[in-house]
Amino acid sequence: MQILEGQGVNKYFGGLAAVSNVDFHVDQGEIVGMIGPNGAGKTTLFNLISAAFPISSGEIRFKGHKLNGLKPHQICKMGIGRTFQETKVFANMPALQNVLVGAFFGSPNPVSGANAAKNATQALEFVELSAMSATPAKDLTMVNQKRVEVARALATKPELLLLDELMAGLNPAEVGEAMELVKRIRDKGITILMVEHVMKAIMGICERIMVLHHGEKIAEGTCQEISCNKQVIEIYLGGETHAGN
Amino acid sequence: MDISKFTSKKFLATAGVLLTILVFLATFPIYSSNSAVAIGLTILMYIILTVSWVMFSGPTGYMSLATAAFFGIGAYTCAFLYQKSGPLLPLPAVIIAGGLVAFIFALVVGLVTLRLKGMYFAIFTFGFIMLLNQFMVYYELNILGARGQRVFPITNQTAFYIALVILVLTLLAAYLIRRSRLGLAMQSIGENEEAAAHMGVNTTMVKVLTFAISAFFMGVAGATMAPRWEYIDPTVAFNMLYSFMPILMAVFGGMGQLYGPVVGAVVFAYSERALRLRFPYHYMLAFGIALILIIIFLPGGLTGVVPTLKDKLSGLIARLRKGGQSERHANT
Repeated sequence: MQILEGQGVNKYFGGLAAVSNVDFHVDQGEIVGMIGPNGAGKTTLFNLISAAFPISSGEIRFKGHKLNGLKPHQICKMGIGRTFQETKVFANMPALQNVLVGAFFGSPNPVSGANAAKNATQALEFVELSAMSATPAKDLTMVNQKRVEVARALATKPELLLLDELMAGLNPAEVGEAMELVKRIRDKGITILMVEHVMKAIMGICERIMVLHHGEKIAEGTCQEISCNKQVIEIYLGGETHAGN
Repeated sequence: MDISKFTSKKFLATAGVLLTILVFLATFPIYSSNSAVAIGLTILMYIILTVSWVMFSGPTGYMSLATAAFFGIGAYTCAFLYQKSGPLLPLPAVIIAGGLVAFIFALVVGLVTLRLKGMYFAIFTFGFIMLLNQFMVYYELNILGARGQRVFPITNQTAFYIALVILVLTLLAAYLIRRSRLGLAMQSIGENEEAAAHMGVNTTMVKVLTFAISAFFMGVAGATMAPRWEYIDPTVAFNMLYSFMPILMAVFGGMGQLYGPVVGAVVFAYSERALRLRFPYHYMLAFGIALILIIIFLPGGLTGVVPTLKDKLSGLIARLRKGGQSERHANT
């Protein structure tokens, strides 16, 4: 079953088409990866799904409901959580309070204080940060700030989680841990759409990959198909003509 | 509900201090001279304005200069309803009306302008005061035919007691908002508005609502002062000083704790008065220097020092104890 689908999605910044005519879908329970060179429009597409920007044309549907025209907080309450490429933690709040914001406001129904606190504690435990619950987010390492973001998004009880470069800047051991975390999130029954540059991670956990280039979707398929796709290799490694010369 | 919370030592101590202050303030007009009550009233007014400014601008980080605008709206509402020639409504109703009109203005203005960020919001709110000021000048001269409004007078004592009640309510509201999820939402907006929105916080609603609540208390303060002054005109009601002073007082006292702005307003308003009487030409110089020093050396304001001192003190005690222990170990 398709949990998220986009049809003919366009986004223009002035005359520049940041995302142009992209069709995509995410099935329930999947881990879908989105790759592409810098400036390909991956984060823009995330921002369109989570309503940070209004969509120029086309439509995006979540569980059959049209998302066009909704505000970010409404998208969140519908069940789409997200993290950010450059971490946007609430710097002066303790880690637990960061997560508490998601627990209080992310749910479609009003949550009691006790339940919100319970959800927040559980979410922080899930990302293995319980020991640092009282530490202000700004004093955490980048890896841990990213974990706080994941916990904060999980506390909103999402059905679909958008992870924007969760693994950027992590060392190989940390990438391994992050991959485990992503798998555990999926095992909770949460569908995942992730933007990533770390190929090892993408190839290791994604069931399906879509490739964006200059705002257009140029390829889609399993890891095997993508890694053999001539066009993708050209984009990432440079065209044969360059190599030939 | 957990009863032990209300019988703990800390709670009892705080309640005792608050009660003592309240009794002192409530009996203050009885044994004090009229001029002392007048000074007390000014200080109360500044505390109300400062606490209500911090209510919104403190956690969200939106620098509002509209305090004078809402104060003036309250004052003018009172002037029209509580005229010298014959009050249209009893005083308590007039004062509440002053707050409500300010609340409604803030809702409308907030919906239009709270999408502005940073400096643009500050400039807009600044322009808002000038707009209201000029509008009232025009309205009085061209439509009413005379500048200024005469207001049915009340005594310093009456005004003092009304201001005291308002102050208690303002502090109560500020305390409750701070502890509620509305407070958490505002704080998250101040930390990172974009992330807050994506975590389900209805940022527009939270900002507009709290902006309007804080405006209510500013309007109520204006409506209390107008009958005390007996006469208001646009330059008195929309005096820019009412926008800038609360900000200075809040910075001076520190915004980290609820009592910070209160301490700031009391110390600032009182010392301003005392210094002005003694050094009428140089008191602003002393103030300027004091403010600069505080911003450089005490970024958390006067009360921001308390937690730091506490930390240092307990650290010192721990070190002394540890030192004593290791000495004993060395001896054995």
